[in-house]
Amino acid sequence: MILLWLILVPLIGGLLSLPAGRRRDNAPRWLALAALAGETALLLAVFADTVPESTWLAQIDWAWIPRFGIRIHLALDGLSLLLIALTVFLGFVAVLCSWTEIRERPGFFHFNLLWTLAGVIGVFLALDLFLFFFFWEVMLIPMYLLIGIWGHENRAYAAMKFFIFTQVSGLLMLIAILALVFLHYQTTRTLSFDYFELLEADLYPGAARWIMLGFFVAFTVKLPAVPFHTWLPDAHTQAPTGGSVLLAGVLLKTGAYGLLRFVIPLFPGAAQDFAPFAMTLGAVSILYAAKLAFAQTDLKRLIAYTSVSHMGFVLLGAFAGNAQALQGAVMTMLAHGVSAAALFMVAGALQERLHTRDMDAMGGLWTLTPRIGAITLFFSVAALGMPGLGNFVGEFLVLLGSFRVDTVLTAFAALGLILAPVYALYVMQRAFHGPASRHEVRDFGLREMGVMLCLVTATAWMGLHPQSMLAYTDAMMNGLTRTLAQRGT
Amino acid sequence: MTADALTALLPFIVLSAAAVAVMLAIAIRRSFRLVFWLTVGGLLAGLSTLPHASPVAPLQVTDLLRIDAYGLFFHALFLLSALVVALLCLAYFRRRENENEEIFVLLLTSTLGALLLVSSAHLAMFFLGLEVLTISLFPMIAYSVRASRPLEAGIKYLLLSGLASSFLMFGMALVYGDLGVLSFEQIGAHGAELEQKPLALAGLFLILAAIGFKLSLVPFHLWTPDVYQGAPAPVTAFLATVSKASVFALLLRFFTAAHAERSETFLCVLGLLAVVSILAGNLLALLQVSLKRLLAYSSIAHMGYLLTGFVAAGLLRRDLQTETIAFYLAAYTVTSLAAFGAISALSDDDRESDRLSDYAGLFWRSPWLAAVLTLSLLSLAGIPLTVGFVGKFYVFAVGVQAETWPLVATVVIGSGIGIYYYLRVVLTMIQPAGVGQRVTLHPAAGTALAAAALVILAAGLFPQPLIDAAANVPQPPPTADSP
Repeated sequence: MILLWLILVPLIGGLLSLPAGRRRDNAPRWLALAALAGETALLLAVFADTVPESTWLAQIDWAWIPRFGIRIHLALDGLSLLLIALTVFLGFVAVLCSWTEIRERPGFFHFNLLWTLAGVIGVFLALDLFLFFFFWEVMLIPMYLLIGIWGHENRAYAAMKFFIFTQVSGLLMLIAILALVFLHYQTTRTLSFDYFELLEADLYPGAARWIMLGFFVAFTVKLPAVPFHTWLPDAHTQAPTGGSVLLAGVLLKTGAYGLLRFVIPLFPGAAQDFAPFAMTLGAVSILYAAKLAFAQTDLKRLIAYTSVSHMGFVLLGAFAGNAQALQGAVMTMLAHGVSAAALFMVAGALQERLHTRDMDAMGGLWTLTPRIGAITLFFSVAALGMPGLGNFVGEFLVLLGSFRVDTVLTAFAALGLILAPVYALYVMQRAFHGPASRHEVRDFGLREMGVMLCLVTATAWMGLHPQSMLAYTDAMMNGLTRTLAQRGT
Repeated sequence: MTADALTALLPFIVLSAAAVAVMLAIAIRRSFRLVFWLTVGGLLAGLSTLPHASPVAPLQVTDLLRIDAYGLFFHALFLLSALVVALLCLAYFRRRENENEEIFVLLLTSTLGALLLVSSAHLAMFFLGLEVLTISLFPMIAYSVRASRPLEAGIKYLLLSGLASSFLMFGMALVYGDLGVLSFEQIGAHGAELEQKPLALAGLFLILAAIGFKLSLVPFHLWTPDVYQGAPAPVTAFLATVSKASVFALLLRFFTAAHAERSETFLCVLGLLAVVSILAGNLLALLQVSLKRLLAYSSIAHMGYLLTGFVAAGLLRRDLQTETIAFYLAAYTVTSLAAFGAISALSDDDRESDRLSDYAGLFWRSPWLAAVLTLSLLSLAGIPLTVGFVGKFYVFAVGVQAETWPLVATVVIGSGIGIYYYLRVVLTMIQPAGVGQRVTLHPAAGTALAAAALVILAAGLFPQPLIDAAANVPQPPPTADSP
């Protein structure tokens, strides 16, 4: 039941914030915080148990559409637990960083925010493929509205592009799901969309390859990796700060989650055959996006490209197929979620104050806003992979793992660690150093510093004590490597 | 005629009686409200006879009609749709209440035509039902005689329907000339040798062309946008739902009875029609500035999706075909009623809210109306939470199972394009509120829209009851043996 409540609480909170928004502007904000606090309580109840020995911590399994053997099957393991925790954490961040930015229709804004969160949590919990697809699509609509209503100047274009990219790739996934289900039906005469049932599916290699590709495209569009990344800079740039935080922090992780949860376990053989290509895509994403990031003058666009670059590590790690690389991918997901959210929050705060995202119009901000400067420096350094911070652990593990698989490719990917400092420090130089461009700019206030301090702590914690997180995904990743070793040959 | 036969015919008898009663009531006293309630009473009485008719089904009543569960499913659907349209009419004609009673007579007779059409078992009944439906529709389309657009639309529909009818007659003549029979069953008895009977095959293709006109499949679609745009919004709602669904239901009944699915050529032609309808409908909808035209092109695309399901499921199993078509048509009907209902609720017979700019900022002026319209657009686009998604899921499911990859790919491409223009409307609605005035929603239209929206959501979240109804199974079957 706790799993169902994890999804229902934000849904109900969203519905309540609609009428609340009409009464008073701050009511939906407090309501959203209350809903998230409820989520936190639910999560703490799960975390209270010791680190699990078995993989699945909680499950519910109810009939939904018996005609197609579709069930409401939710389950929680270490990976989904960590990602849901990240989702809720960033949910707090998104609400708090929109506190002053969103002045129009706060009720509807928080409705969409909470429904996006509910959709994402649903994605992380669903173990029925139909249900998964259902949540996968449902989370798009509120996100689309967030960008389309509260976005910046070019919001209509960005929202549309975002929706069409993810929807069409989603349809490819739906077809892949159906093909998988019907092939399974042909051999076993049971019609089921259940994950565990389909894990046993016996596919001939040709079919497995095509079906795997359907899933892979859907997930790499969401991740995103080159060449499916073009929606992301637009969507991130145009979204309001809260939307960018959720997009970068959480929505991208659903793609990575899909790779780890579905692509590799369902099609271990096909995934292993495909791994060199996928890892190449990952390496290309790392380098190409890092280069593009360097060429941007729009601060949010730059951060968006760095996201693509970091997600390249996840792709690389997910397909390297050994426990270290997989753990590294998970760590990168978590650490990037936090650091990207923080950077987008900085960009949003600067835009709120300066009314521009153009770095050419900034400069010398450090003297005016030392707190913003310090925070930006911290997260730039985190993003470039400073040892001791979360991102380093993730990327290091990924490189360590993939080095054993493909030395040359890993060497190339590691060049990303040189490009990252270039763009990260470039931001500092352009925006915060040099002659002052303004007279007076408001620095971070108490609310913003509070949020940032939490994010800083989280990043440092992940860097200094990664084992506390990795322990939760140990069982799953070892299982994955075993599957690959058994069936992949 | 036995008592069973009479029971089976009850829906038709009640509906005919209601039409006569309404006509007489108008002759005695012109009262819009009274006539409206009489119509609603007639439709509800018709609905209440369905449970009595269903135990005696399936039953062949005379040579012409066959009452079976498939037909009764559509009877219920059409009667409910007519009910919604009646509510919309009440709101639409509110300005001139006591001049417009006849619309309800026409509504009843055209519904009767649709009911006859889906239950016909004979080419003669097919023609009769189609004509009852179509002839009632001309005056409905041209109903607002003060404006020129409806008149133009009415005449266009009249001419093209006449053309389609002549195709139909000629096709029937060819079939009769070659096979010497007219009932569906007897035509079906010749099914195996159909490929060797060129005249009969040509006749079937002519009949298909006539049906193509009614369903506005490309290349027979040219009348659709003009007629959709010109007709009063509630009538467009009726045209888009009951008229199309009844013809499609008949298409399935006729061509499966005639065993046309055994003919490769025939399935190829249908598949081709589906592909061009999907592509042309979606591409032409892209740049429309009139919401009704946009929905007209989208309906062309949807008929293409349906045809895809028809072809793919036809390759698999007959009961699956029935289920797919029945479910998709029900989903499409509810969704279209909500979409055109929202247009209708914003219009009256003096001014149609048709241009996209009329909808700018609707989200802030009338949130509920905008929410219903958004929901119906999302349902048309096939996004989860809505019944339209389950319909599209059916199309994909049968397409993948039958491995008709070109058709599946076309549906994916079509859906991708579709999202653009459906979302364009949503984007218009969420623009910052402009000068627009607040919208007052007539309670009748509000009721109709709320009901439609509720069904879209409920059947989108819990589709099993509707699936059972569409598949005509009393209990959910064991999952083990029902693909």
